[in-house]
Amino acid sequence: MSRIEGRFAALRAAGRKALIPFVTAGDPDPAATVPLLHALVEAGADLLELGVPFSDPMADGPVIQRASERALAHHVTLHGVLDMVAAFREQDPDTPVILMGYLNPIEAFGYAEFARAAAAAGVDGILTVDAPPEEAAVLADELGAHGLDPIFLLAPTSDAARIARICELARGFVYYVSFKGVTGASGFDLDAIATRLAEIRAATSLPLGVGFGISDAERAAAVARIADAVIVGSALVRQIEAHPGDPAAARAAMTGLLSEMRAAIDAVPAAAVAEA
Amino acid sequence: MAIESAAPSVAPEPEQLPDARGHFGPYGGMFVAETLMGPLAELRDAYARFVHDPDFQAEFDADLADYVGRPSPLYFAERWSREVGGARIFLKREDLNHTGAHKINNTIGQALLAKRMGKTRIIAETGAGQHGVASATVAARLGLECVVYMGAEDIERQKQNVYRMRLLGAEVVSVTSGSQTLKDALNEAMRDWVTNVDDTFYIIGTVAGPHPYPAMVRDFQAVIGRETRRQFLEREGRLPDALVACVGGGSNAIGLFHPFLGDSDVAFYGVEAAGDGLDTGRHAAPLCAGRPGVLHGNRTYLMEDGDGQIIGTHSISAGLDYPGVGPEHAWLKDTGRANYVAVDDTRALAAFHALTRAEGIIPALESSHALAYAEELAPRLGTDKALVINLSGRGDKDMHTVATHEGLEL
Repeated sequence: MSRIEGRFAALRAAGRKALIPFVTAGDPDPAATVPLLHALVEAGADLLELGVPFSDPMADGPVIQRASERALAHHVTLHGVLDMVAAFREQDPDTPVILMGYLNPIEAFGYAEFARAAAAAGVDGILTVDAPPEEAAVLADELGAHGLDPIFLLAPTSDAARIARICELARGFVYYVSFKGVTGASGFDLDAIATRLAEIRAATSLPLGVGFGISDAERAAAVARIADAVIVGSALVRQIEAHPGDPAAARAAMTGLLSEMRAAIDAVPAAAVAEA
Repeated sequence: MAIESAAPSVAPEPEQLPDARGHFGPYGGMFVAETLMGPLAELRDAYARFVHDPDFQAEFDADLADYVGRPSPLYFAERWSREVGGARIFLKREDLNHTGAHKINNTIGQALLAKRMGKTRIIAETGAGQHGVASATVAARLGLECVVYMGAEDIERQKQNVYRMRLLGAEVVSVTSGSQTLKDALNEAMRDWVTNVDDTFYIIGTVAGPHPYPAMVRDFQAVIGRETRRQFLEREGRLPDALVACVGGGSNAIGLFHPFLGDSDVAFYGVEAAGDGLDTGRHAAPLCAGRPGVLHGNRTYLMEDGDGQIIGTHSISAGLDYPGVGPEHAWLKDTGRANYVAVDDTRALAAFHALTRAEGIIPALESSHALAYAEELAPRLGTDKALVINLSGRGDKDMHTVATHEGLEL
């Protein structure tokens, strides 16, 4: 059982929903990331999504784009990101870490070499935004060979055939993109998400996470009623911009928001959890 | 109708690449986020349907004839050929098209498709502004809303084209992310598309992007090569020995080359921008000096650093200033069917002046790269040979750049 599967199984047994924060590695500077990851776990994160900075983040809104730019200004590389995960693992052997990014840095690294190095660093899952299943078979095989879970996206535009196919390839959990748009945008429609999640549940027993547009505790709690995991990115990363030059204050603001979300999610009545 | 051809104008031949999933060997493909996979499938199916639809063909052909002004002439540049020496040089005059470049062939085709798909809004990316102008032009004519994404730095460099697009009724959005140039404009257009897929058609300006764009844009531009082939045969009773075209994303080059793919005696030369020189790192020549990677929805040759980050490009010609290249070019390079070379800013400028003075034709700086390479190729081929250069655009838009380069203020 992978670390991600284990974590979701434990949460399910406890009747709890997962909270997954996203931050970009090396934002605002490389030294900030490992302490930030520990602080996020402390504030209630069950799994961590670590963004790999890329020069052309086509699927991201302005907040995550700027996070990438700040990290790249410090020359953060994929090798550097793996070093951060290895450093995080020295003190936290349990919290699953998922790398989220674009394919080209992995192409440059080499699929097999990357899979080996990521597993050695203590990474658990890989979400490659611009590698849909049609293009990801070779990478997914390499990841699988090293015990890494390939995480795939599903979207409002995915039809039944795609849902079936993606759920078959996916491991760990499935990431449902809540609306047509980029990260951090608006367009959130809870009823539409609930309808789609029901369709996806019919195709898979994997846990379902929902991300894009979850900006506050109230919305996090609403999503927790219908999904297995709540993924929050731009709302957290925005705090780094709100506290320029002060990583400690940014970290406090981020953990504050995450704690609020944690409390709101945990306050969802057990009945709603059981229903979902 | 002005073009009386029995063969359909844009239908690809059956044995041609890409495969069903958009691959040219290891290149091409559909490297986009899941949200766009559905819309791309819808576009692929619509294109496959209309490409064989006689009504669509007829409308496309009629627009190319009456609105664009096709067929464009194949001109024997006799005086310039004598100056250069060696092979006779012919120019395919895409500079004479409406809006001044080959770009309009593709925007006409995609806009007709958009209309048939029921889309009411068009978006486009642009670097120098030529594709933006060509998109704004067809949008005006078809009464479609048009938004053009353009890097903030390019907006500053190409004020006249920005004004043209606004006159045509388009909204020009300044892109301030990343390097603030063409690649970032493409990122931003993709972000718009993913947000507004229901009513919006994204007109990509070159043979790059996710499938079906590289094949679709190629098919719309292949009118260049089909005409060239027919015109040259009529005039000379044989095929040319070589074809020369500049390559940024590569749409004018593919358009010229493609109908000659089966003619193994016709050599292809794609000319990239060497900028300050390939050894300086300040260039835009991914085929000559880059390596394969994934960007903007396809696998192809890229300008990137050792960590897979896309790096800045440089060329005096904004239309060639792009870190990637169409995936079919990557395949033609690997298979050896086409030769890819690079010409620096200085040589391109010299050729710009040479053609202007010898023939009274002011070429675009993009096309000047192809001209400069022909100056080297023609003497090597010898006097019994003939080559065709795709004169992909006219130089009116470049007056300011050339004058500034020579220390003049207009």
